[in-house]
Amino acid sequence: MNDAAIAQGPIIITVTNLIKQFGHFAALRGVNAEFAAGKFYAILGDNGAGKTTLLRTIAGLAHPTRGEVSILGASPRAACREIGYMAHPSLLYDEMSGMENLRYFARLYGIAGEQRCEQAIRAVALDPGLARPVGQYSQGMRQRMSLARAILHDPRILLLDEPFSNVDVHSARDMVGLLKGMRDAGKTVFVVTHQASLLAGAADEFVCMQFGQIVERTPHLPSDVSPAGVQ
Amino acid sequence: MKRLFPILALLTAVLLIYGLYQALVVAPTERTMGDVQRIFYYHVPSAWTAFCLFFTNLLASLVYLVWKNSKADALAVASAEVGVIFCTIVLVTGPIWARPVWGIWWTWDVRLTTTLVLWLIYVSYLVLRRFSDSAQTPVLAAVLAIFGALDVPLVYFSIWFFRTQHPQPVIGGGGSLDPRMLHAFLINLLAFSCFGAMVCWARYRLERLHREVEEAQALESLLGAPQ
Amino acid sequence: MSSPWSITLATLTKDIRLEWRSKDALNSMLFFSLLVVIIFSFSFDPNAEESREIAGGLIWVAFLFAAVVALNQTWARELRNQVLDAYRVSPAPPNSLFLAKALGNFVFVIILECVMTPLFVVFYNLRVLGPAWQLIPVGLLGTWALVVNGTFFAAVSLRTRSREIMLPLLLFPISIPAVQSMVEATRIILAGDGNARFWIVLLLTYDVVFTTASLALFGTILHAE
Repeated sequence: MNDAAIAQGPIIITVTNLIKQFGHFAALRGVNAEFAAGKFYAILGDNGAGKTTLLRTIAGLAHPTRGEVSILGASPRAACREIGYMAHPSLLYDEMSGMENLRYFARLYGIAGEQRCEQAIRAVALDPGLARPVGQYSQGMRQRMSLARAILHDPRILLLDEPFSNVDVHSARDMVGLLKGMRDAGKTVFVVTHQASLLAGAADEFVCMQFGQIVERTPHLPSDVSPAGVQ
Repeated sequence: MKRLFPILALLTAVLLIYGLYQALVVAPTERTMGDVQRIFYYHVPSAWTAFCLFFTNLLASLVYLVWKNSKADALAVASAEVGVIFCTIVLVTGPIWARPVWGIWWTWDVRLTTTLVLWLIYVSYLVLRRFSDSAQTPVLAAVLAIFGALDVPLVYFSIWFFRTQHPQPVIGGGGSLDPRMLHAFLINLLAFSCFGAMVCWARYRLERLHREVEEAQALESLLGAPQ
Repeated sequence: MSSPWSITLATLTKDIRLEWRSKDALNSMLFFSLLVVIIFSFSFDPNAEESREIAGGLIWVAFLFAAVVALNQTWARELRNQVLDAYRVSPAPPNSLFLAKALGNFVFVIILECVMTPLFVVFYNLRVLGPAWQLIPVGLLGTWALVVNGTFFAAVSLRTRSREIMLPLLLFPISIPAVQSMVEATRIILAGDGNARFWIVLLLTYDVVFTTASLALFGTILHAE
C-alpha cells in the first residue's frame, strides 16, 4: 500500500489507523495517511470505497470506531473553525435567499457584518443582491452557494463531497478554477468525486480508495480510474 | 466468577421453594383479608427487586455516559429488561390483591402510581433501544434513563401531595405483622432478590455473548475478503 | 466573537422568519387546535358544575396533543438538505441551538393556547372562581415543561425509526408529574377551591430540573451520529 505523501509543506491532517464500522459493514478498514498543507487532493474510488466516510470523519461529523484523525494537532471538533464542509445536499435553507442564509451562518462563526458574506457570494460568481430563495436555484447555483457557505469563515481546509454531481460541465469547470485559486491562496482542498477528469489540471495528488483503504496516491490522473457510478 | 452462577441458581431455587412453603403453608391466614393476602409475599418483593434493578440501570447508564464502557451498557440493557418484567408482576398482582379485599381494581395512590410511571418510563426505554439502530443507541438510552431517574421523585411528590388533598384507601395497609408472616416475607424478599439478580446476570451474560459474536463478525468483515 | 445568546437569538429569528414565510405549520396547527377543542366539546358535554372540575384536565390534554403535533415539526426543517450538519460542523455551541428551538416551540405553543383557551371558555361557559392571575404562571410554567422535554425528545427521536410516534412515547411518561400539576392547579383556580401554590412550585421545580438536564445532555445528543 503506497501511502507516502509527497510532502512539500507542513503536515496539516494526520489519519492514524482509522477504522469505521456500521454494524457489520466496515466502511474504513485502517486508513493511514498524512496530508500536507496548501495542496489539492482528489479522492477517487467506487461507491462504497469509503470516500464519503473518510471525509465526514475528518470533518468531525462521524466518529471513528477505532483510530484517530488529527487536524493541526487537535481533534476535528476542536479544529472546526479551520474546516469548511460541503456535501451533495446543499446544507442551506430553501426558503431563504443566499444572502440571508450566509448571514445566519456568519453568526454561527462569530462573523459580524455583511462584508464577508458578500465577498463569499461574489467569490463563487453569484450575485449577493439576489432575493430569490435558494430552493428555486438551479443545481449549479445551489452548489456554488453551498460552497460560499463553506468558505465564508475563511477556513484553512476545504472538504467537498461530490461538489460537481448534477452540475453542468461549464459550472463545474468554473468551480474547479475557483478551487484551484483557493489552493493557490494557501488553502488545503479535498474533493471527493467520481468525475476525476474534471480535476486533471488542478489536483496536486489523486488519492485512490478501494474497500475502505487507500490503495494508491499519485500526482497523475490514474489511467484505470473507474467510470462514475459503477459499483 | 462463572462458577458463582450455579451456586446462585441453586440458592435461589432453594430460597424460592422454602419461601413458597413459608408463604402458602406456614404463615397464618390474615384475619380480615383471608388467603388472598398471601399475594403480599410476592407483590412487595417483586417491587423491591424491580426498584433495585432500575437503580442498577441508572448506575450502569451513568457509568456508560462517563466512561463509555460497553459492559456497563450490556448491564443497562439486562437490568432494564428484567426490571420491567418484575415491575409488570407488581402491577398485575396489585389489582389481583386489591379487588377481593378493597373492592377496587386500581387506585391512584403513591406507590402504585409511581410504580406505573416507572414501568412506563422503562418500557419507553426499551422501545427506544429497539427502534434506534445507530451506534449511538447506548448514549440515547443512557440519557433517557437519567431523565427517568430525575422524574421519579417528582412523580412521588406530586402524587403524595395529591393524596393529602384527596385521601383514598391505601392498598397494602399498615399495622404490625405476626412474626411468622414477617419471617415468610423476609425469606421471599431474599428469594426474589436472588432470583432477580440471577435472571439479570443470565441476561447480562447473554448480551455480552451476543456482542462478542457481533464484534467477531465485524472484525472478520474488516480483515477478510471484501464483499 | 458571537456570544451563545446571540447565536440563540439568530437561530430563533431565523426559525420565525422561515415559519412566517411558509406558514405551513402555523396554519395547519391552528386548524388542528380548533378541531381538538370542538371534538372535546362534543365528547365531554357536562353542565357548568362538572365542567369546572374537569376543564383543567381537558384543556391541558388538548394542549398536550396540539403541542406534540407541533413539536414533531421542530427539527424537520433542519433535516431537509441536511442543514443540521452545517450547524454541527460549526463552532456554535449545541445549547444555543437547543434553546432557540425550545423558545421557538414555546412561542408557537403559547399562540395555539391563546387560540384554544377562549374557545374552551365559550364552549364550556367557564368562569374563574379563584385568583385568575395565577393562571398565567401555570400556563407559562406548564407550557415550558411540555416544550423543554418535547424539544429534547424530538431531537432524540431523530435517530430512531418511526420518529413521529417515538416523541409522544418518550415524552408522555416523563411528563406525568408536570401534567398532574398543571391540571390540578388549573382545577383549583377555576373552582376557587384551595391553594394552587404547591402545584405552581412543583411545576417550577420540574422546569428547573429538566431544563438543566436538557442543557447538560443536548450536546451529547446533537453530536451523536
